[in-house]
Amino acid sequence: MPSLTYASPTTANEAIALLAEASGQAKLLAGGTDLLVQLRSGRVKPDLIVDTKKIPGIIGIREENGEFVIGAATPGAVLEAHPELKQVWPGVVEAMDLIGSTQIQGRASLAGNLCNASPAADSVPAMIAAGAVAVILGSKGRREAPVEAIVVGPGRTSLANDEFILEIRLPKRPPRSGDAYLRFIPRTEMDIAVVGCGVSVTLDEAGRCTAARVSLGAVAPTPLLVKEAADALIGHTLDDAILARLDAAARAACKPITDKRGTIEYRTKVAGVLTRRAAAIAFQRAQGDRSLRAPTKAH
Amino acid sequence: MSKHHITTTINGEPVEFLCEPQETLLDVLRNTLNLTGSKEGCASGDCGACSVICDGKLICSCLMLGVEAEGHNIVTVEGIATGDELHPVQRKFLEHAALQCGFCTPGLIVASKALLDETLNPTEEEARYWLAGNLCRCTGYDKIIRAVMDAAAEMRGEARAA
Repeated sequence: MPSLTYASPTTANEAIALLAEASGQAKLLAGGTDLLVQLRSGRVKPDLIVDTKKIPGIIGIREENGEFVIGAATPGAVLEAHPELKQVWPGVVEAMDLIGSTQIQGRASLAGNLCNASPAADSVPAMIAAGAVAVILGSKGRREAPVEAIVVGPGRTSLANDEFILEIRLPKRPPRSGDAYLRFIPRTEMDIAVVGCGVSVTLDEAGRCTAARVSLGAVAPTPLLVKEAADALIGHTLDDAILARLDAAARAACKPITDKRGTIEYRTKVAGVLTRRAAAIAFQRAQGDRSLRAPTKAH
Repeated sequence: MSKHHITTTINGEPVEFLCEPQETLLDVLRNTLNLTGSKEGCASGDCGACSVICDGKLICSCLMLGVEAEGHNIVTVEGIATGDELHPVQRKFLEHAALQCGFCTPGLIVASKALLDETLNPTEEEARYWLAGNLCRCTGYDKIIRAVMDAAAEMRGEARAA
């Protein structure tokens, strides 16, 4: 076995220097729920593992001027145990919570799920719908990028070799806003999305949608931000005609493959259905019904 | 490649060990520390047989590197009982015969204990979802759930459920 070096830098600059000076392949380690599986199977053979968890600010959740700032390596269990975050962004928290088992939730993180860059990652459509921004550090300094700009293909991100995500920022929420994430799997737990859909909306006092973002997962090489689906909602209340337009817009955006989880036709059909259902939950939440949980997982 | 020297806490005791960077915590527990209660089933985080509690959170020890244990507080199945006195979850697993081959049992004991650390009032549905990451290929789930619910009832101070 080629020699592997493990480093656990205690500052961001130290981490950047390690990544920038790495001669072979370097991999970032947060919760390790993807990386350790890939190491074991031999799919990745890094020369250097940089454990990010000792970098200040990379674990934990804080509120800053109405924004929620979630450290890149914060485990899902910490999101699930944060009542204020759940109140404002229930869709994002539920999407994260759908990933794997209780054991996985003890380690897996939003930024890890994002940087693993699976087309079917559950938290990513929810973050894209939320308008989440990744704060990225690297040799050239700090930059911010919308979450939809991170994944560029299966297993590939737009991050440079010397860059890593420090935190995920969820924007300040206007009144009468709600979000939801739904995924379809053929069982109730511990599976990978056939289709996933995140919807985030803001309504006016009459219940008309003034802002919307819709994102689909597992129907293309990367999670999609579907502007046409959002446009179908903006300016309207949620009635059957609007739901039909939303369904059609979601289906039109799909570019899925046929694999063991579903055919192109099936995934496309399910994408329309899930988008309608997620929009209905997001609208209800925006109207103040916070009792609602996505019917995908019990707690 | 030189080994890393790790100082950590396992089952309440300070522990030091040397490990290679690619060794998992499960490798270290079983092969270096001779704590063989944690089992290796899938080695990919799917089966839960290697479940341990790290800083109060349930995790798969096959998905954590040994080097990451530095400075943390880890509880394995060997640390669930208090001396010779079994934890209620362990006793109830015996009373309900909630095991057949026993390979999944250490992971299920640790995961169930972690659930009851969170709440003594889980619904059956919550208990089933909580334990969804622990696979039992003998399909003994029903008795396992009965044992967990009964342990919860006992720890709440209620009489044994029928």
